[in-house]
Amino acid sequence: MTNVPAEYGLILAAMLFAIGLAGVLARRNIIFLLLSIEIMLNAAGLAFISAGSKWGQADGQVMFIFILVMAAAEVSVGLAIVLQLFHRIRTVNSDEANTMRG
Amino acid sequence: MMTFFYISAAVALTSSVLAISRSNAVHALLYAIVSLLSVALIFFMLGAPFAAALEVVIYAGAIMVLFVFVIMMISSGPGSIQQERRWMNFRLWIGPSVLSTVLIIELFAVMSLPREPLSARPVIESKQVGIALMGPYMLGVELSSLLLTAGLVGAYHLGKRKRDDSQMEDVTIHD
Repeated sequence: MTNVPAEYGLILAAMLFAIGLAGVLARRNIIFLLLSIEIMLNAAGLAFISAGSKWGQADGQVMFIFILVMAAAEVSVGLAIVLQLFHRIRTVNSDEANTMRG
Repeated sequence: MMTFFYISAAVALTSSVLAISRSNAVHALLYAIVSLLSVALIFFMLGAPFAAALEVVIYAGAIMVLFVFVIMMISSGPGSIQQERRWMNFRLWIGPSVLSTVLIIELFAVMSLPREPLSARPVIESKQVGIALMGPYMLGVELSSLLLTAGLVGAYHLGKRKRDDSQMEDVTIHD
């Protein structure tokens, strides 16, 4: 019965972050872009928890709570922007939103 | 313990790859929820049960429900009933159900283990997290409350403006 090494958690966090980054780069649907950003933020939280568990301090979980707050605020504003964009250009393809007013 | 970690990590990676590669947004959301649940299980194994609970309640609960609401609002209209009928196909539930079943079997296995050999690494309880939050990180808590207020006001404003535009158009038409 051995403990999970913190390095393995960091490696898993890096792989999850790479998957999320690949999603952001590859997809053109705005909802999938936001979902991939959520996966990346979750990977960052996993890295913080792993480091905090290695040192036995509560700071990692505190930073995870801050990441959670930031993700909640980001996704609420981001999804409101997606709705607004969908009402204007009737699509969720991010390449279509390429003109500015003014 | 390492076996459980490897299983959870494999489920997390598989469901994340499936989440970003689906063409249907609701299927992608199902896989993303499975990915978040498996990461919560890894938090539990790393000695952070409070973070694991927050991950399930806020990430897999609240934030994913926001995504579901937006997909519902975008995909309403003619043809949505056929789309809904296609989404009720039970074969589509097999993938997420199998991954979630693996996770819940693993959760019961982890919880049925004796406590002593698991705690060579100290478990960081929510009390320590709370003391750290209200002590040295007080400024961060205040800043995150400001951030949440800004997010609330921003989401309200962005969600409201379209309706104001249409009302103004209606007024000009009727005049």
